[in-house]
Amino acid sequence: MKVVYLDNNATTQVAPEVLEAILPYFHDFYGNPSSMHAFGGQIGAHIRTAREQVASLLGAHPDEIIFTSCGTESDNAAIRSALYADPEKRHIVTSRVEHPAVRALCAQLSGQGYRITELAVDKDGRLDMEQYEQSLTPDTVLASLMWANNETGVIFPVEKAAAIAREKGILFHTDAVQAAGKIPIDMGKNTIDMLSISGHKLHAPKGIAALYVRKGTKFSPVMVGGHQERGRRGGTENTPSIIGLGKACELARQNLSQENTQVKKLRDRLETALLNAIPKSRINGDTEHRLPNTTNISFEFVEGEGILLMLDLYGICASSGSACTSGSLQPSHVLRAMGVPFTMAHGSIRFSLSIYNTDEDVDMVIEKLPPIIERLRSMSPYWTGDK
Amino acid sequence: MWEYTDKVREHFLNPRNVGEVENPDGVAEVGSIACGDALKLTFALDENQRIKDIKFKTFGCASAIASSSALTEMVKGMTLEEAQKVTNQDIAAYLGGLPQEKMHCSVMGKEALEKAIENCLGVTETSADETAGHIICECFGVTDQDIERAIQENRLSTVEEITNYTKAGGGCGSCREAIRGIIDKIQFEMTPQTAAKAKLSNIQKIKMIEETLEREIRPSLKLDGGDIELIDVDGNRVMVATRGTCATCKAADITLKHFVEKRLRDLVSPDLVVEEVTQ
Repeated sequence: MKVVYLDNNATTQVAPEVLEAILPYFHDFYGNPSSMHAFGGQIGAHIRTAREQVASLLGAHPDEIIFTSCGTESDNAAIRSALYADPEKRHIVTSRVEHPAVRALCAQLSGQGYRITELAVDKDGRLDMEQYEQSLTPDTVLASLMWANNETGVIFPVEKAAAIAREKGILFHTDAVQAAGKIPIDMGKNTIDMLSISGHKLHAPKGIAALYVRKGTKFSPVMVGGHQERGRRGGTENTPSIIGLGKACELARQNLSQENTQVKKLRDRLETALLNAIPKSRINGDTEHRLPNTTNISFEFVEGEGILLMLDLYGICASSGSACTSGSLQPSHVLRAMGVPFTMAHGSIRFSLSIYNTDEDVDMVIEKLPPIIERLRSMSPYWTGDK
Repeated sequence: MWEYTDKVREHFLNPRNVGEVENPDGVAEVGSIACGDALKLTFALDENQRIKDIKFKTFGCASAIASSSALTEMVKGMTLEEAQKVTNQDIAAYLGGLPQEKMHCSVMGKEALEKAIENCLGVTETSADETAGHIICECFGVTDQDIERAIQENRLSTVEEITNYTKAGGGCGSCREAIRGIIDKIQFEMTPQTAAKAKLSNIQKIKMIEETLEREIRPSLKLDGGDIELIDVDGNRVMVATRGTCATCKAADITLKHFVEKRLRDLVSPDLVVEEVTQ
């Protein structure tokens, strides 16, 4: 059965060009760049190229890129480093809709004497910038806000937020894992101090990510060991994956405009068709400031897990913010923070596209989903028809 | 992704008896949309007072729909007395088992069946409410009685298990201490009867020790990445070997004496001594 993969915010396929670039590093170029011999030493130049490719996607200098193992590590390294740099200050500002990589760490820190402000969002998932500004105090050590939300695709005005933090001498970190490769990022034009990206969200393999640290920002490593990454992240370089991330970033830069044309067009067609075909459905999140590939749609009075399992029968892959799929008994923290009513939150489905999706993929969902919703609604005690 | 049995998938994709019985003899609605699952059950009796027709409408995940479907198939043709004896474990077993985290779906089925039967027998809502206990878990509206019952019927011993079976403690988590208290209370109440049967044959004793380890002790140790294995029982000496993180843990001795030995003494025989064998 053909897989219709519309879950690209969860993970993406490795681009064929990336895979091709990686393979020689398992057999021909397996040396350690730290070695004295040429066989190993030559790898250093290849890693340098990859670092330039990553920097180029972000409008950064190669020295500002640290390779890490995953987005979570990048987020953890950024936040812990900021705290270490200024141990006197004990207040962190973040939001209620952050990824667990930031949220769970902040929850842990709040048990260790840190005060955490989790900024609320409105019903469309937007921040109140005035409230943000007021939350920054002389005791604030760091503000960490995601660039784009993984569940809804809603984009936060992080550049503006970073400028406000800079004025007050507060470090600013952003989790740009979902934004990188989908919308333009230019670190030359903002004052963000640290930024996390992850390989597997932009067609590189899993197990590789990067942290951008602006030149002049004090950085204390979390992973302490060898001199790799100029002492900022110990551990032998994951060469094949670093090469892969470099190649993927190069491709992402080339394909960036397609995200806003081709991918966005598919997403919009899917979204409009579903909203038209299925009564009592609605989009979650600000549609004006949103990633071009993501749509989060709620279908009232049905539960997300059932929808996903029925879509699965046709090879269609998506995600849900329902309680049953989260394993936590409560619907997604993002939808709850937005105040999405329970009747809607449990029946939310996220479709996230990539440049590899086609018109046929979208047609398949438009054909299969409406009868699935109708069927589940006919079993639901709350459904009284589309009045 | 949940690992559902083929039977769960089959009942989810082809649910039996969906809908509402017209002019029902018994009706019940349990759960709520806020909690993430809800079930409306209706049934009608035939002239012999057996369940002739039974239908459900369920809002919830695949296992909630499958549990509802299974329940209706199971009790069709039963008398009310027979149907009352169906437990949530029976529903889960009918489906070839449910993931632990989804056991609350079978509990919801049992609860609906019970309420529908009460409704049929004319037990009024108010009199039922008077004995319904008080709310422990505010997030999911679970009472102390619901929890006590789940503990007794399913032999639960950890807060996590209670959450899996009743949802209590699965929201904000502020009631977890209270749940722990209920578990301790029930276990204390259950202890004297068990300990009273002190005159156990050797085989009975070994069997009980094995069961207690399996049910009460290993799940807790596994939460911390540890495990324990029964090596031998010689009189009142229980010889065990520790595994996983327990094998290297400095606090393992304390765990053995204060947790393993105490549990075995409470639940099997007060004379037991736990010893660790090194291999």
